[in-house]
Amino acid sequence: MVSQDLYAQLHGVVVKRRGKAVLGPLDLDLLGGGFTIVLGPNGAGKTTLLKVLHGVDRLTSGSVSWTVPAKTVRQGQAYVFQRPIMLRRSVRANLAYPLQLLGLPKAEISARVAHWAARIGLSAELDVPAPRLSGGEQQKLALARALIRGPDTVFLDEPCSNLDGRSTREIEDILCDASAAGARIIMSTHDLGQARRLADRVLFLNKGLVEERGPADRFFAAPKSPGAIAFLNGDIIE
Amino acid sequence: MIRAILIALTIAGTAASAETLRLAATTSFNNSGLSDVLLPAIAQDTGLDVQLLVVGTGQAIWLGQSGDVDAILVHSKSAELAFVAAGYGSHRREIMYNDFVVIGPSGDPAQVRAATSAIEALQSIASAQATFVSRGDDSGTHRKEMALWTAADHEPADFAAWYREVGAGMGASLNSASAMNAYILADRASWLNFGNKGDLSLLFAGDPALFNQYSYLPVNPERHAHVKAQAAQALENWLVSPRAERIINGYEIGGEALFVFNARP
Amino acid sequence: MSEIWAGMAEAFLLIWSLDADLIDITLRSLQVSLSALVIASALALPLGTWLAIRRFRHRRLVIATMNALMGLPPVVVGLIVYLLLSRTGPFGVLGLLFTPAAMIIAQVIIITPLIASITHQAMRELWSDYHDLLISLNTTHGQRIATLIWDGRRALMTAALAGFGRAIGEVGAIMIVGGNIDHVTRVLTTAIALETGKGDFALALGLGFVLIALSLCVNLAIHTLSRTEREGRW
Repeated sequence: MVSQDLYAQLHGVVVKRRGKAVLGPLDLDLLGGGFTIVLGPNGAGKTTLLKVLHGVDRLTSGSVSWTVPAKTVRQGQAYVFQRPIMLRRSVRANLAYPLQLLGLPKAEISARVAHWAARIGLSAELDVPAPRLSGGEQQKLALARALIRGPDTVFLDEPCSNLDGRSTREIEDILCDASAAGARIIMSTHDLGQARRLADRVLFLNKGLVEERGPADRFFAAPKSPGAIAFLNGDIIE
Repeated sequence: MIRAILIALTIAGTAASAETLRLAATTSFNNSGLSDVLLPAIAQDTGLDVQLLVVGTGQAIWLGQSGDVDAILVHSKSAELAFVAAGYGSHRREIMYNDFVVIGPSGDPAQVRAATSAIEALQSIASAQATFVSRGDDSGTHRKEMALWTAADHEPADFAAWYREVGAGMGASLNSASAMNAYILADRASWLNFGNKGDLSLLFAGDPALFNQYSYLPVNPERHAHVKAQAAQALENWLVSPRAERIINGYEIGGEALFVFNARP
Repeated sequence: MSEIWAGMAEAFLLIWSLDADLIDITLRSLQVSLSALVIASALALPLGTWLAIRRFRHRRLVIATMNALMGLPPVVVGLIVYLLLSRTGPFGVLGLLFTPAAMIIAQVIIITPLIASITHQAMRELWSDYHDLLISLNTTHGQRIATLIWDGRRALMTAALAGFGRAIGEVGAIMIVGGNIDHVTRVLTTAIALETGKGDFALALGLGFVLIALSLCVNLAIHTLSRTEREGRW
């Protein structure tokens, strides 16, 4: 049974780029744990929504409030970008970096790095420069780096869009483990199959607005908004 | 190799034992090579480490006025007298003299060799409009050249393109004259010590008007309290000593003596 | 032409026999320019990095000014420093004129804008790469600067070497503020100017070859470093 607790609220959130509104106005209550999948066509504002929630993008107006104090809110969060951002260092150094920022003792860092390297199957590549890895390996590394601090919320922006089936499965496995361990996953995706596999809840975004939301099974079985219907049908939404 | 290491160590450390004195001297004094002989002898006899700044007379006087050096050694009597009169220098002490010579292409198109005086030599150059290089840097040599033009009833400002002001020291000016195969007024010492003569040769000398007196002027400590007046005095005493007389009179290039010591005790 | 060959031969002899004057002048050149490099880098590397990541009101103006300062004619810098350090100037009491310290000061002024500008460009590129990640990881300002400097260290090294190349070959400013005093402020470039002026091409050429050799080593170092960049090893 997934929790229904409120954890974040968006009040009148608007994000404008070059004068055009890409997101909002949004008033939204975000509830519960598990997998929240953000669905929608290209340009719907999925990335912007995730970045706004994580506090990385500036709001043109409105506010985002979390139930934990504002100062500590980002400490418990992690973000995986659509294109993995690798530090120009080794795999080991990339994994260790977030822990070094926290000032953890070296032994602790080594232990966690070893654990996660094994988890993503890169134990043999610990000293390889991260920019040399394949796309799939880099994204797995980015995910491990995001999870290594044990965040309570993980944002992912279409993490598997450039990956093959095998890497996609591996990433979904890791995410399921993380969710089972209590992390809240908020993920955008294009891939309807992936959405059906993972979602507990769905947020359907179209033209910067939340057209529909609700529990996953209800959404997929009987979408209500015209946009969602068209999207699930496989039609192009303009 | 060991020499290199020793030198490195010497540079790395500080030469704390010797007392240093800053002397601004003219380029013609340095180019003659005399300073390379005098400075070690001075260090040996007085323990003074003379730091030599080789500049034109104009800049030497400026350095003395601003107190950036402790003494100056120049060869422009009128400028020196003004220096002392204005209180920048405590006094003026004549040390030695050499002479200026007229240098030019060995073909001598202006027929300077035939001149009977320095003024006549310059007049020949002007009428022939032969290429002439001037120091143009307000140095002692330059001032002497200007004085000669004036005595010859010429105004250098009115000269045509054959008159080239290079605004440089003696050596650099000689280089230019050599490259252009031009006439130039130089001090004998710098000429003899110059390594790039090319087609140039000495065409005229001996006129008393070409007399070139070098004097030593310590910077006035009443004007600039920080100058090393005692060291400057010690240097002056050495420069007028019999030892200095022997070295200066004995300094030769190619068998020719360059300077004549004329300091009075 | 025969003079040049004769000069080159004598130059080779000077180098081979480790002529005392040559060593003295070369070591002093290195001392002055390396000191200037260290000080200038300490100023320019953080400045260039900071400019790359901070947004503030007159940022573009500061960057444009910094780039323009790269074009400061060294001899003008020398003249201004000379007037400042002269006994008649504001800092005359320090007695720095005609010492290696004055030469170092002049060279620091000349090469700091160059190092800062190259640093800024390199750090700006790296920051645009790392920006989202470092903000997401909640890094402090100091952590960001440290990360950028460490990961961008090869580019920073290139910037520093560029500054060194500029310094070691400079002659106008240090001639004015140093006075080219034998055994005190004479370095490779000022000695070359002096010996050329005397018409003594042998020594001038010898010094010239040493200077070229030093510059070549520096440039080879830059080349090697930037090649590892292109090979994909960070």
